[in-house]
Amino acid sequence: MKKTLLAPLIPFVLLTLIAEFLVRAGFVRAYLVPAPSAVFRAMIDSRVELLQALFATSAGSLAGFVMSALTGIAIAVLLSSSRGVQRAFYPYAIFFQTVPLIAVAPLLVIWFGFGIQTVIASAFVASVFPVIANTLSGILSTDPPLRDLFKLYGASPLVTLFKLRLPAALPQLFTGLRVSAGLAVIGAIVGEFIAGGGLGSVVETARTQQRIDKVFAAVLLASLLGLALFGFINLLSHLTLRRWHASEQS
Amino acid sequence: MAVQLEGVRRVFDNNHVVIDRMDLGVDAGEFLAVLGPSGCGKSTLLRMIARLSEPDSGQIRLQPNGARFETSFVFQDAHLLPWRNVLANAALPLELMGEAKPKRDERARAVLEQVGLLDALDRYPAELSGGMRMRVSLARALVTEPRLLLLDEPFAALDEITRFHLDVQLRELWQRRGMTVIFVTHSVSEAAFLANRAVVLARSGGAIKLDRRLELPAVRNNELRADPRLGQEMRLLLGAIEE
Ligand SMILES: Nc1ncnc2c1ncn2[C@@H]1O[C@H](COP(=O)(O)OP(=O)(O)O)[C@@H](O)[C@H]1O
Ligand SMILES: [Mg+2]
Repeated sequence: MKKTLLAPLIPFVLLTLIAEFLVRAGFVRAYLVPAPSAVFRAMIDSRVELLQALFATSAGSLAGFVMSALTGIAIAVLLSSSRGVQRAFYPYAIFFQTVPLIAVAPLLVIWFGFGIQTVIASAFVASVFPVIANTLSGILSTDPPLRDLFKLYGASPLVTLFKLRLPAALPQLFTGLRVSAGLAVIGAIVGEFIAGGGLGSVVETARTQQRIDKVFAAVLLASLLGLALFGFINLLSHLTLRRWHASEQS
Repeated sequence: MAVQLEGVRRVFDNNHVVIDRMDLGVDAGEFLAVLGPSGCGKSTLLRMIARLSEPDSGQIRLQPNGARFETSFVFQDAHLLPWRNVLANAALPLELMGEAKPKRDERARAVLEQVGLLDALDRYPAELSGGMRMRVSLARALVTEPRLLLLDEPFAALDEITRFHLDVQLRELWQRRGMTVIFVTHSVSEAAFLANRAVVLARSGGAIKLDRRLELPAVRNNELRADPRLGQEMRLLLGAIEE
């Protein structure tokens, strides 16, 4: 565990040092890429503003992500209920995913106004599809002999769903949640570009003020937020699956 | 429980006749081995007897019928629920049938004891060997005290030594409980070792090429494996298969 945390730190430190050197030595212009030390200073100087922004973006991403998880699972269950339902509606789920979020975001503002609702909606739209697709595929690939077994002992469809199909879909559900966690943060930031608030706004205003160091500071925080969410899902997945799923045993 | 098949026919994809007008009677308490080449319809036959699929024509009667859940099925691999421990896996059928938890755990524990797994109750399938997993699967099938036990090449994926152990164990369980057993296998030696009666199916259409009562002692143990009488029975079965 220690090694897996330490190993990625090495390239990070190296890259930081190299960037610092390149900027200080004048190879890269500071108004294009700030020195890491400048980013660090911007973080300290604007800590209150950045922390508030981070908090807002976290709230928006998290709310959108939770909505995605709940609705995504529910939609997957509905889609799995019959082949007809699946044929009729699944193409729309795919279509939904291909609609570019950045083009829809202005619509969201019209519907939900300038505020956190739009940010949440944007995070939701960005992150719901991987949950649907992965959960559905997990439910549908339930081991046929196990389905026979449940049938043999007279289990109702609802019992089969909760005692067999959903648990069997857990590994794939977590795969979907991991992807969707990162997408929720992206969705929230896109929402904030348009609706205001959070790290998205900080990036926007800092950019117009030519504060490239602050832009980088905000981007860094947004990435860390995505990473934290991803890590949380990983932990949850590990705790849930450690006793039973082969891929979780290494 | 006795099983009676009359003119059973099963067709897949409109014109692929897997089983054609099969007649077969199995007496209550019999241990029948069904042999046949891969793809000849053995699993299809078992699934129809278990009412997991319906014949296209003909009849399958179970006697006495009436009570539900008197049939259990063991698959080729253990097919346990990986998120449940051994005890909860063995208790699953009773849970699905609506039995209360104390009762079903008690019965699951008793049957796990019979297959020698009492010290593994809390372990998860991923932590068990292949042989242990198959024993849990066997316990799960027996926990309902079925009067008909259907096994579809249950030990085929195991190493030979583990398989020998399980053969003996299954035979003992059958002798103790007296249920009807239909055991599908493609191993001639396993069929001869385990069963009282063996049926050899043809490559297609489910025609019965040989139906034989095996002349072997009631107690089957590893000494029998080197017994010339077993060899003689195997020769007969093999002859029918190669015909
Ligand atoms: N659900 C199904 N749909 C179409 N064909 C099937 C199905 N189940 C079995 N078959 C076909 O029926 C034949 C017999 O299969 P099976 O009963 O599994 O054979 P065995 O168990 O003897 O190996 C095979 O040719 C197989 O392809
Ligand atoms: Mg088969």
